[in-house]
Amino acid sequence: MSDPSDYDAGSYVGTERQPGSREERTVAREVRGYLLGLSLAALLTVASFWAVRTHDIYSSGVSVALLVLAVAQIGIHLVFFLHITTAPDNQNNILALAFGVLIVCLVVFGSLWVMLHLNHNMVPMDQLRRMQH
Amino acid sequence: MSSPLLPAGSDAALAIAGITPDALGVRSAAGPASKRIIVGYGFWIFLLSDVIMFSAFFAAYAVLFRNTAGGPSAHDLFDLRNTAVETACLLLSSFTCGMASLAVGQRNQRWTQIALLVTGLLGLAFIVLEIREFSGFVARGAGPGRSAFLSSFFTLVGCHGVHVSAGLLWLGTMMAQFYAKGFRQDIRHRFLCFSLFWHALDIIWVAIFNLVYLVGSLPPELLP
Amino acid sequence: MFGKLTWQAIPFDQPIPLAAGAFVVLGILAVLIWIVARGYLPYLWREWVTSVDHKRIGIMYCLLAAVMLLRGFIDALMMRSQQALAFHAAGYLPPEHYDQIFSAHGTIMIFFVAMPFVIGLMNIAIPLQLGVRDVAFPTLNSVSLWLTAAGALLVNLSLVVGEFARTGWLPYPPLSELTYSPGVGVDYYLWALQISGIGTLMTGINMVTTILKMRAPGMSYTRMPIFCWTSLASSLLIVAAFPILTATLAMLLLDRYVGFHFFTNEAGGNAMMFMNLIWAWGHPEVYILILPAFGIFSEVVSTFSGKPLFDRRSMIVATMAICILSFMVWMHHFFTMGAGGDVNGFFGIASMIIAVPTGVKIYNWLFTMYGGRVRFNSAMLWAIGFMVTFLIGGMTGVLLASPAADFLLHNSLFLVAHFHNTIIGGVLFGVFAGYVFWFPKAFGFVLDERLGKAAFWCWLVGFYVAFVPLYVVGLEGMTRRMQHYDRPEWHPWLLVAGLGALIILCGIALQIAQLWVSIRTREQRRDLTGDPWDGRSLEWATSSPPPAFNFAVLPQVTSDEPYWSIKQQARAKGQLLSQEPDYAPIEMPRNSPTGFVTAFFAVVTGFSLIWHIWWLVILGLVCAYVTFVVFAWRDVHETEIPAAEVARLDRANRAVRAEALRAQAPR
Repeated sequence: MSDPSDYDAGSYVGTERQPGSREERTVAREVRGYLLGLSLAALLTVASFWAVRTHDIYSSGVSVALLVLAVAQIGIHLVFFLHITTAPDNQNNILALAFGVLIVCLVVFGSLWVMLHLNHNMVPMDQLRRMQH
Repeated sequence: MSSPLLPAGSDAALAIAGITPDALGVRSAAGPASKRIIVGYGFWIFLLSDVIMFSAFFAAYAVLFRNTAGGPSAHDLFDLRNTAVETACLLLSSFTCGMASLAVGQRNQRWTQIALLVTGLLGLAFIVLEIREFSGFVARGAGPGRSAFLSSFFTLVGCHGVHVSAGLLWLGTMMAQFYAKGFRQDIRHRFLCFSLFWHALDIIWVAIFNLVYLVGSLPPELLP
Repeated sequence: MFGKLTWQAIPFDQPIPLAAGAFVVLGILAVLIWIVARGYLPYLWREWVTSVDHKRIGIMYCLLAAVMLLRGFIDALMMRSQQALAFHAAGYLPPEHYDQIFSAHGTIMIFFVAMPFVIGLMNIAIPLQLGVRDVAFPTLNSVSLWLTAAGALLVNLSLVVGEFARTGWLPYPPLSELTYSPGVGVDYYLWALQISGIGTLMTGINMVTTILKMRAPGMSYTRMPIFCWTSLASSLLIVAAFPILTATLAMLLLDRYVGFHFFTNEAGGNAMMFMNLIWAWGHPEVYILILPAFGIFSEVVSTFSGKPLFDRRSMIVATMAICILSFMVWMHHFFTMGAGGDVNGFFGIASMIIAVPTGVKIYNWLFTMYGGRVRFNSAMLWAIGFMVTFLIGGMTGVLLASPAADFLLHNSLFLVAHFHNTIIGGVLFGVFAGYVFWFPKAFGFVLDERLGKAAFWCWLVGFYVAFVPLYVVGLEGMTRRMQHYDRPEWHPWLLVAGLGALIILCGIALQIAQLWVSIRTREQRRDLTGDPWDGRSLEWATSSPPPAFNFAVLPQVTSDEPYWSIKQQARAKGQLLSQEPDYAPIEMPRNSPTGFVTAFFAVVTGFSLIWHIWWLVILGLVCAYVTFVVFAWRDVHETEIPAAEVARLDRANRAVRAEALRAQAPR
């Protein structure tokens, strides 16, 4: 039992197959898509490893560069492996993803902001120890 | 293009929200979505929750990064060659997992099993490398109980490792199911979830190797 | 062999917990014996324990919540009586026991009363309101229920075997670290919450998927009932917040079990990180609870005012605004921890801003009532009581959102009064309104109104008598969780507060009486039409209780209030609008013991983790995995309800509705 919408079990999050597009999606095309994704991701990985070794980048910019490269590579994975698109019936997935990204940013950067300020106004631990003795 | 099912005035409001009424109209006119869409979407939501769990571990790691308590720092410990091999393993396994989904789409038992086996072996190699790295750290007196920094490091990276291990268990079960039951619809849906899970693990690893290993290996004066 | 577990774990030397434990064990045994003796066991197993029907799961959630409400309320009575007695005296509860009681009270009330009650009502109502046959993942739904019950069981087990946490309902380190809490109390807390937390997370996923992907034909987002909208927001918050709780508690577990240093005093640990993370979950959590209650009030107010909800769109926008904003205010729970003025200022202002969409909602409800023909049913009374009470709770909340004021009131009984004001006046009144409102839908008969109204007045009056004094003593500087005190000016207020708790006890007794009387007289109070309140959304379009498949044919939605608009047209004509459809057989998911079996192994694993019985931990985990594989291996997923059966049930429903329409027809 297979309904047409079920043509492949590929990793298409919630995308219904468009009728008539079956012909266009030959296996060769799909493999080429994955290969392109693989090579782009590999390229960005190499770039990341290169960024820590090189002295060509302004030194304190390296960690920012790594952050940017990580985000770019995650984007590559989302598009080529998870097949997230901006097609209309993919909107729910994009909205959920945006919500998730927002929460992740709030948790990570919010925690950092709050915690750095807490430490800022604290008596340093070693000073506290000295006061106790 | 206006959908006949929505009142005329609501199109503008929806457009402002970035939602085309077409998408909503078409979908809602049709009633409940197909089982495949429901399963895929539910698992997508689960993955988001999983990513948020990782974000809490990331936050803990970032906050405790400098709390080495006189013990070794990230710069002292990390061996980037190991990380590079691990990264290669996971990236390739993501690719072979994609190949497996294509083979499943073609209902090709032999290629499905081969692609899944390769995926599993690459995952296993990753786990072995990680265990070796961890036990090396412990042997050097840099176990998770040494400092808050190491606690958070072991937890964050270890949590990813536990996910990969669980994925391997799932993968083995998946292979057995394809072998025993063939390409039945519900098993294909389950495989869809598995491939989403495996790709998501790779995404989390991308964040880990960039922001934990590579940033951590920078000399202290280069850190933000 | 049995880890830390010895006979010493059972508190033979402490009469109160021993008596309470013995009472619980004997009670459970008595119920079990009664069930077996009457031969109900096969029926219970077949129709309830293994059921994957959203309505039955919802009912079981509510039942769990009701039972746990009694447990949590007994804790509350003990605390109130202790504080009434402990002026210049030791009272009757020793500190180590008193500490367990306030910890258990908070834990139970939030995780095992408010959460299951809200989730239970979501389960009962949402698929019906959306006009579909079940939730997206029915078996997963059953797993969620039983995991929640497993967590509740572990918390109650701590009464008999070992002890419960003495650390408050959120176990702040370093007190909750192994050094300062070496007993099993904190471990009971942590594992109970981890297990039930997984259940809650899966419910969130299930509900989000159901609402976004399974709606009756024609039901666009803007046409969804408000309860579905608020439940969507609440479920999204579950999906986003519960993983943070899981991660945070996992860190504390690692600290306690394998000597990590996340929150310890030594080796660079930072206890304040726990406060930060736990409240990043904790603040969204209060909106997870209150948003569905807002949805229930919206349904109740509009139904009993006989009007559509005033400006649905602003209600939806306000709901989604709260959903996002609730993630930007968590730091107001620890203003006093030492962050600078800019951090405190930001979170203070954000906390005040979140009151704005809530205020919008109050106006929505008021304007819905304005000009309507309001029927003062007890559900409506709960809604009106809520509006007044929650408003006060919201105002004191805005007051506390100001860091300067918070420095004075932090951890005082003023704070305790504030959050009880919002949780009792908001969440609990909300679920009680939903209980009265949807009871006939779930069981097919209406609850007794006279006793229901009496219960409402006891709760309302009891609430004010119990908690206004706490505002006063809080302002006078009394901190929370005091086992005894020596300030004479506090004593009279605490006596009054104790009296208030007794009035609430009367309310609970009246609710039990209401349920009892209603069941005994159910034949007189049958809801024959399936629409006892002249409802507006689709759950009232099917019979009460609905058939397993909910709707013989999925309804076609053409307006914001689909059932109301069809009903009005039908009333004008004096007959049903639609012809009898062609009935087709319906595939429904098969019942499955997976949920129950998984939860059984979760309890085994949790219990052995608490007592360090490592072999049993491994055994439990392996068995849980085997359960999943067995479930995944099954070949038949669905049962078919034959067309004749569908036709029989639907024809009966159509007949009573046609009869009712003829009676109402304009002459």
